[in-house]
Amino acid sequence: MEWLTPLVAPFIVLNAIIGIVTYVTLLERKFAARMQSRVGPYRVGPHGLLQPIADAIKLMMKEDVVPTAVDRPVYNLAPIVFLVPCMLIFATIPFAPGLGVADLNIGILFFLAVSAMEIVGLFMAGWGSNNKYALLSAMRAVNQVISYDLPFIFSALVPVLLAGSLRLSDIAAAQAGLWFVFYPVVGQLAFIAFIVSTVAAENRAPFDILEAESELVAGFRVEYSGMKFAIIQLAEYAHVVGASFLGALLFLGAWAGPGPEWLGPGWFLLKAMFVFLLVTWVRWSFVRIRVDQILALSWKVLLPATLVLLIAAAIVVVWRGTPGV
Amino acid sequence: MSTAAPATRVDLEYTGSERLTMNMGPQHPSAHGVFRAILTLEGEQVVGIDTVIGYLHRCHEKLAETLTYAQYPSIASKTDYVAAMTSEFAYVRAAETIGKIEVPKRGQYLRVLAAELQRVASHLLWLGTWCLDMGGALGGGATIFLYCIRERELILDLFESLVGARLLYGFYQVGGVRYDLPPLWADTCRRTVDLIDQRIGEYERMLEDNPFFLARTQGVGVVSRELAQEVGISGPLVRGSGVAYDLRRTEPYSSYEDFDFRVPVEPGGDCFARYRVRMVEFRESLRIVRQVLDGLPEGPISSRPGLKSVAQVRIPKGEAYARVEGARGEVGCYLVADGSAKPYRMKWRGASFSNLAILPHVIPGHKVADVVAIMGSVDPVFGEVDR
Repeated sequence: MEWLTPLVAPFIVLNAIIGIVTYVTLLERKFAARMQSRVGPYRVGPHGLLQPIADAIKLMMKEDVVPTAVDRPVYNLAPIVFLVPCMLIFATIPFAPGLGVADLNIGILFFLAVSAMEIVGLFMAGWGSNNKYALLSAMRAVNQVISYDLPFIFSALVPVLLAGSLRLSDIAAAQAGLWFVFYPVVGQLAFIAFIVSTVAAENRAPFDILEAESELVAGFRVEYSGMKFAIIQLAEYAHVVGASFLGALLFLGAWAGPGPEWLGPGWFLLKAMFVFLLVTWVRWSFVRIRVDQILALSWKVLLPATLVLLIAAAIVVVWRGTPGV
Repeated sequence: MSTAAPATRVDLEYTGSERLTMNMGPQHPSAHGVFRAILTLEGEQVVGIDTVIGYLHRCHEKLAETLTYAQYPSIASKTDYVAAMTSEFAYVRAAETIGKIEVPKRGQYLRVLAAELQRVASHLLWLGTWCLDMGGALGGGATIFLYCIRERELILDLFESLVGARLLYGFYQVGGVRYDLPPLWADTCRRTVDLIDQRIGEYERMLEDNPFFLARTQGVGVVSRELAQEVGISGPLVRGSGVAYDLRRTEPYSSYEDFDFRVPVEPGGDCFARYRVRMVEFRESLRIVRQVLDGLPEGPISSRPGLKSVAQVRIPKGEAYARVEGARGEVGCYLVADGSAKPYRMKWRGASFSNLAILPHVIPGHKVADVVAIMGSVDPVFGEVDR
């Protein structure tokens, strides 16, 4: 398939992503409900299928309450600043061979750099709200995101080494024979490290200390309501979905799967949803850990471990001689 | 009321970083009701705590003076609404002590049955909400919470078929209990008890094999044996600090001496020790329930005739203090009777109220996240604190 025109492609991808993200919330709610021996959303549409749409409409109709004491420009801008990087990460992901917005030769670098930028919007929201809970949450966010971006990057670099390319479509193509998750030892360990640091970098439970509703009520988004709240939610889920796609691409062979070639994007989506459910499973089974424990886990365990893993992957590549499988 | 004594402020080598005063409550997701903690923070570290209570004060003690001995047990339920049977139990025991009223054996056994089922229901709610505090409403805590609520519902169903009410019962009355077991109730109860016994094992595995849960509870909020006895906490808290003190064992009432059960004691004093004590108590309470069902004697359930008017029960002049081991500790009722159908004066000793006094001693020096873990392990019910 040829590259789509630069104007149409982002439009389609953006809308597809928003659609997927909206329905991912339903998937998560249904999955969590099953874990907790509940049924989950069931009333709106058959099996609650229209629930995300109802939620979106509800949030749009809500009054947008702006507290008087907020720093208005920062407060109003924060959701957008938060949303943009979370949407941009989809720009470099190829959904099938040649089907994507931009197949940069440093695709993965772009992904990692942009996804680290979300912290700016997050801190703006926490600071601009002029609320003590939000401020504490923003401080925690900076701590945590910086700590976990490093192991996140290191674990994502293992497939890069194995494939010998920073271009995401090359990494995907390199797994035609053997998915990197099945690569002996290094692949599995890197996948586990990737999942853990993804959960943490996305601020999801058990690492959701910046949301921490039992301590900080709702953290940085405590003062947001209506559409601004919806945008923050959308951005968070977009980030999770983006990271799930990245995980499926780096470790699970992206669009590789049985059946004709046009099924490729379907397989890719399915694998991304598998990664998403893995993350969700973790989320709904652990209690939240404390801020100092989170930092200790990152700096004392995860960072050295991923560094060793990266070196091990490098040794494997050198020993094997040629990059690429 | 504010406990703003200088002792609650602990200066932990003040490093000059800016201090932040943060309100936790009275409306807060983890306040377990309406509790206000004014925290002084240095970064994430809590350096001071002022606790404010009284938001749920409903004049229970004055109310007791205006209601007859027949009426008040149903209202006593509302002090500790999570373990409603306990306060009824303490009240009727106080009245019986003054009036020297005997309770028939079957009545005593039924009282034990209700009290122990209530303890299981209350501990289930504690486990659920505690994990909710630590794990978040949108995380693993909610999963445990919903499991616990599922089992608690089974016990509430049992109470519903026994009393007709699910939360506030009025099951106890002076001289005995108000209702006998309906037909087939014992079989349902046995099945429920077996099911809950099995499910508790599942929770234990889910929590104790979970490194995050251990990291959040072990070594957090240590209450030493000396501090526990000095502050006067009771129930699972004091047993979690290595003190073997259980009223059911130290001064048996209502035929508790007939039953074989263990009083769990953990020397650790941290949140995990308190958790372990309650997990063992689950099992022991279920054991007592089985023993009651096996050995339930025939006979009347009350030594007094059935109620025909609210002023039927008259207690002679005198005063007495009666205490029972509730789910949260020692629940005491001090009663002064003047010979009429209503008490002259009544005073509650709420277990949660006394247990809450441990917070200012323990919390300074911990992180913000530990505050909710410690609060949850104390298991306060604010209906009982404020009354």
